[in-house]
Amino acid sequence: MQKIRILMAKPGLDGHDRGVKIVSRALRDAGFEVIYTGLHQTPEEVVNIALQEDVDAIGMSVLSGAHNYLFTRVLELLKEKGAEDIILFGGGIIPDEDIAFLKSKGVSELFTPGTPLETVVDWAKKTIKPKV
Amino acid sequence: MIGRIKDSFERWEKECVEKHLKKNPERESKFTTVSNQEIKRLYTPVDLDGFDYLNDLGFPGEYPYTRGVQSTMYRGKIWTMRQFAGFGTAEDTNKRYKYLLSHGTTGLSVAFHMPTLMGVDSDSPRARGEVGKCGVAIDSLADMEILFDGIPLDKVTTSMTINGPASILLCMYMAVAEKQGVSWDKIGGTIQNDILKEYIAQKSWLFPPEPSLRIITDIFAFCSKHVPRWNTISISGYHIREAGSSALQELAFTLKDGLTYVEAGIKAGLDVDEFAPRLSFFFNAHNDFFEEIAKYRAARRIWAREMRETFKAKDPRSWMLRFHTQTAGCTLTAQQPLNNIVRVAIQALAAVMGGTQSLHTNSMDETLALPTELAVTVALRTQQIIAEESGVVNTIDPLGGSYFVEKLTNEMEKGAYDYFKKIDDLGGMVKAIEHGYPQREIMDHAYWFQQAVDKGEKTIVGVNKYVMQEEIPIPLLKIDDEVEKKQIARTKEVRNTRDKKAWEHSLRELKKAAASKDNLIPYIYQAVKSYATIGEIVDTLKEVFGEYKEPAMF
Repeated sequence: MQKIRILMAKPGLDGHDRGVKIVSRALRDAGFEVIYTGLHQTPEEVVNIALQEDVDAIGMSVLSGAHNYLFTRVLELLKEKGAEDIILFGGGIIPDEDIAFLKSKGVSELFTPGTPLETVVDWAKKTIKPKV
Repeated sequence: MIGRIKDSFERWEKECVEKHLKKNPERESKFTTVSNQEIKRLYTPVDLDGFDYLNDLGFPGEYPYTRGVQSTMYRGKIWTMRQFAGFGTAEDTNKRYKYLLSHGTTGLSVAFHMPTLMGVDSDSPRARGEVGKCGVAIDSLADMEILFDGIPLDKVTTSMTINGPASILLCMYMAVAEKQGVSWDKIGGTIQNDILKEYIAQKSWLFPPEPSLRIITDIFAFCSKHVPRWNTISISGYHIREAGSSALQELAFTLKDGLTYVEAGIKAGLDVDEFAPRLSFFFNAHNDFFEEIAKYRAARRIWAREMRETFKAKDPRSWMLRFHTQTAGCTLTAQQPLNNIVRVAIQALAAVMGGTQSLHTNSMDETLALPTELAVTVALRTQQIIAEESGVVNTIDPLGGSYFVEKLTNEMEKGAYDYFKKIDDLGGMVKAIEHGYPQREIMDHAYWFQQAVDKGEKTIVGVNKYVMQEEIPIPLLKIDDEVEKKQIARTKEVRNTRDKKAWEHSLRELKKAAASKDNLIPYIYQAVKSYATIGEIVDTLKEVFGEYKEPAMF
């Protein structure tokens, strides 16, 4: 069976990468194929890499407070490129009301500080399927 | 003497402990610190065999400073209560500073927003969504003038958490002082300016290591002549720890960074005693109380020894490791956020027992958003309660002589030297960073810790134990999107109204200087004075210095 591919991304100027790296390792250890963008990516760069690498999902980590802009911008770009079947999820310092807003826009799931790795892995196993 | 105690100890273990254990096993098979260091049941003089009070500890204010850098410590002066703050526009943050000063804070500490930290202007496409979000938006001298409006720079000291663009922000501060009529020898404060830990942990860099180190040594040279009260660098373990390191890794990598800066200064032709007295440090205060205290004590002793013995510094001020502490943001929980007040109090107490020179206590709501005024006030009051109610300030280094703390201090010191050796074997800190060595060590520890939490081997109250369904909502500070529009408008206006000729000239001269061996600071100062923006200055320098790209690994 083909491995499910996930792009883990750090969009924006924020360099706090402890979270994204830990989640990347956990997903890799759970059997996913994980690609990490590295730091300081623009939304355009994230979406381009996602298309080039033909991933099934994008996980973005934002701790700088710029989440509303960055997540909605990536959704917009995915739509423009006709790649809405790529699941977008993420994590970071994101207040509840922003989580509700971003989910209403189409972000699949958002994880906040204190989430056990198992929760993220279980969610990914249940939600992310290979694209048809 | 030690022999007799050793015999008695063994007898005690056999007769007393083992008997007791048969009926009452201990709660764990192995007790460890939050950094996974094993802790023994009991410490005695046997653990300190060979301990030499005068050589290992000495007296406060004297070499090797294990017990503290001042002879009277907090009996003379309480540490500086310095709360890190910044959000929105310069006007918003100026108001918060005035609030903090009126409530007893004794020094300012500027948090810049991400674009400033990365040398990007607010009106750049790369800044979209980030303006004023996790710090104050500063693009040009015009913003800095507003930030310090009505705050006399000869009366307060200011710490600025800025690294890649540190030289630019320092020049802006000097320009504001000049405008206030305060001469440069009267201003005091700190720029973080620690680029090595950016490559290792915080990841806000601009240029590759070599030109970055050149700017840093230019700052050392310039300030020793013109801004003598300025701490030219704050060599930081804080971010290394927040990135997930152990206490020992924080200590070892930070001190090795510090030693690397000293080597760079000497290599640039400076006399060690010219710049070393202005080097300062910045450590984390994490949850494991005694481990943290041992870390601070070991740091002072190692630094003193290295500066005197290895670098032959003669000025005692070069031997002293002075440090700022911030409680550990990564220990705060989004769950049951009021519990964070207690965590911060314990961490702050460790910093004080470890002899810190200044302290920032985190606010309870920081895992959710920037702190509200209420949360900031509680955090400041926590320090005031430690200083004025607890009594721990009445004597110096109250835990000195504790068998446990002295043993931990010794172990920290030994562990740090083991890391120094590994780094030297890789060719020094810059090479080690290029190999990704410290980054990988930190990541491995961070992953271990997260797994230990997930398995319940390490407890986080409210997260993996004592979990509650209903949580108390607390008010959060929200940054209005209007901030971005306002800031972009101001920066556009600066670009339109400044003297074009002077601006062009200053950037041209700066570029020439970057390509030469000249000290860059006077050129950056001229650019700042001509209202060149941070983005313009950084881009000019990037044309000569290039950019740094890290290998993306996890």
